[in-house]
Amino acid sequence: MGTSGAFDEIWGFGGPDSPRPEFQALSRWVANTSTEELHQRQQSAEAAFRQLGITFAVYGENDAAERIIPFDIVPRLFLHQEWTSLSEGLVQRVQAINAFLEDIYGERRILAEGLIPPELIFRNDQFRPEVAGIRPPHGIWAHICGIDLVRTGPDQFFVLEDNARTPSGVSYMLENREAMLRLCPELFREFRVAPVDSYPDRLLETMRSVAPGNNPDPMCVVLTPGHFNSAYYEHSFLADSMGIELVEAADLVVDDDIVWVQTVGGRVRVDVIYRRIDDDFLDPLIFRPDSMLGVPGLIAAYRAGNVALINAPGNGIADDKAIYSYMPEIVRFYTGQDAKLPNVETWRCREPQPLKYVLDHLPELVVKLVDGSGGYGMLVGPTASKQEIADFRAALIAEPHRYIAQPTLALSTVPTLVEQGLAPRHVDFRPFVLTGSDGVRVVPGGLTRVALREGSLVVNSSQGGGTKDSFVLLDDRAPTQSQSQRQGL
Amino acid sequence: MRIAIDHHSRYRFSKPQDRIVQMLRLTPGDTRDQTVVNWMVSVDCDARLRDATDGFGNAVTMLYADGPLAAIDVHVTGEVLTTDADGVIHEAAEPLPALLYLRTTARTAPGTDLPGFASDSVSGARDPLDTLHRLNCALHARFPCAPDAPDTGTSAAAAFVAGKATSRDVAQMFIAAARSLQIPARYVSGYRSDSVAQSAPHAWAEAHVYGLGWIGFDPAAGLIPDERYVRVAIGLDAAGAAAIAGTRIGYGLEQLDVDLHVEQMPGDA
Repeated sequence: MGTSGAFDEIWGFGGPDSPRPEFQALSRWVANTSTEELHQRQQSAEAAFRQLGITFAVYGENDAAERIIPFDIVPRLFLHQEWTSLSEGLVQRVQAINAFLEDIYGERRILAEGLIPPELIFRNDQFRPEVAGIRPPHGIWAHICGIDLVRTGPDQFFVLEDNARTPSGVSYMLENREAMLRLCPELFREFRVAPVDSYPDRLLETMRSVAPGNNPDPMCVVLTPGHFNSAYYEHSFLADSMGIELVEAADLVVDDDIVWVQTVGGRVRVDVIYRRIDDDFLDPLIFRPDSMLGVPGLIAAYRAGNVALINAPGNGIADDKAIYSYMPEIVRFYTGQDAKLPNVETWRCREPQPLKYVLDHLPELVVKLVDGSGGYGMLVGPTASKQEIADFRAALIAEPHRYIAQPTLALSTVPTLVEQGLAPRHVDFRPFVLTGSDGVRVVPGGLTRVALREGSLVVNSSQGGGTKDSFVLLDDRAPTQSQSQRQGL
Repeated sequence: MRIAIDHHSRYRFSKPQDRIVQMLRLTPGDTRDQTVVNWMVSVDCDARLRDATDGFGNAVTMLYADGPLAAIDVHVTGEVLTTDADGVIHEAAEPLPALLYLRTTARTAPGTDLPGFASDSVSGARDPLDTLHRLNCALHARFPCAPDAPDTGTSAAAAFVAGKATSRDVAQMFIAAARSLQIPARYVSGYRSDSVAQSAPHAWAEAHVYGLGWIGFDPAAGLIPDERYVRVAIGLDAAGAAAIAGTRIGYGLEQLDVDLHVEQMPGDA
């Protein structure tokens, strides 16, 4: 496997000497800046991240020491028209995800139509019967979606994974941009880059738009499991930039089906909670009784329509990998159109024919657990050892319904700073899509993850991945810097 | 049959509690063969009660009380009219499809020994209904004395190995075994009329048979529920149908005393 033959987003198919014409300025910048200087700036950015405490914990490692995610100084760039068509695809996909959740916890029309096997929903732990029949305020389920995309050519984008639970990583989008503005200001003179710093404002608007009732001044809070959580920095950063309270479960009480927060000024009614706690831990009366992180009565308040939870509990059924393979049908069913952003071809191992194909082609395929994430429980055929393939084969035969398989894609690369200078490294991309009662917004930017090891296709931070800033270039003809895209539902 | 229920759940705390939030599944619903004539849930302290229906179709009451609370008594009284339907449930609220009840939970995971016992007990069964009857009898024969007792959080697999079980445990074993045979099954908590005072609500199971619907099985008694039974709540396991789930804020220990009378009233209504 490797990098040879992959599409490079800056250099195209031609290599460093013939960059894509739109990006010649970046090549000039690279040529005019010494490798030492680039390394120095990169170290300076990482030192700042460490000081801020932007760290993550690697799960499955014995020393649970928190690390910072490596930062790469060379940005990734999207042309204005590339971004416009990507945004349209993202808006469509997120609208379909919301419609699917509304349907699956309500009328279940899509099952009546026979488009998805019912056992895939009802035998799936991600379908939460505890919240069935609840309609969230304003009918919005997935307020914040992180849609993971990969690219294989100039116009070839694919959705690799939907994240409709509590997608993380947006603080990297914002902090990476801060660092780039500070360390490489000259790049922002070369390129007209759409700003991302309006994300907290857009998020707060989204939260306020889904407050129950017609409260003109709803109380919004961010609920964190606490400072020991690996994403605590992001929780506090977002609360801080939105100018709202960061609370823990102990700060909230539910009384008479209404949520209150204890403040220095007394008890204040809470309307909207951006919770960064998994469903399992939200309310010990409904989910795990041993949860110390949750708020007893929270689901009762939610069921009564007195509080909005962002994102809605039960969303895991929409980003489940077994459901993923049905997303083209889901998009068509709810939007009446073909999906603008295609899926990666996916074999459902639960079905006999695809399983046979997968077992016959394991060395070429990527095999994933339907309920795994973060790169865990995954086989990357082309780089796996014979033993790993044999072990996976046994696991697949024992429990085929737990797996899906996909071809190994020639993921696009972006020039990345390595010791000797620049070299192509594979990337993926997670843009963030906000859905409020007033429409869907795509912030022009996102989190680019880069596989720092040569030839590696695994970009997860827990598996040796890093991040880059993602520039979305403004339309040259646009008179002003538009900050976000709005589209009505 | 006309059944009167009088059910006290008294919690006493070794130190006063600041706050109590409880979720009560203590209100039965109507079916074709079960009509709630009157029903009341009351509390002996200043508390806010809020009624709702949960995702499984159970009537749920949220109870919010502020301290200091040294004790709290949740009192249920009511009367229900029942008729015998050979265990078949007709016209119950069913918001979720039977398929959902093939899921395993921590407390209904079959473990290593139960599936073998289940398949041995039902070998030669003519059809799913016969399978379930055989399972019901086999569990009763294995655990002839399975009293109603307070929940200790035991799983079906652990109780099966321990060889000692309450009505709750055998109901969970029945569920785990039925699911291992690919038959949807669920937990029922409710009341069974008896002349003696009881220390906990009764527990049994329901299994879904294609063409017939949900059918009750009481493996603790080796019987099919008849007109002496009042269904109150259903769930995937005992925890999901618990009569009272609660959290409290405060130090000290808690003691629960249950005083339960389920009596057959004279005459028909």
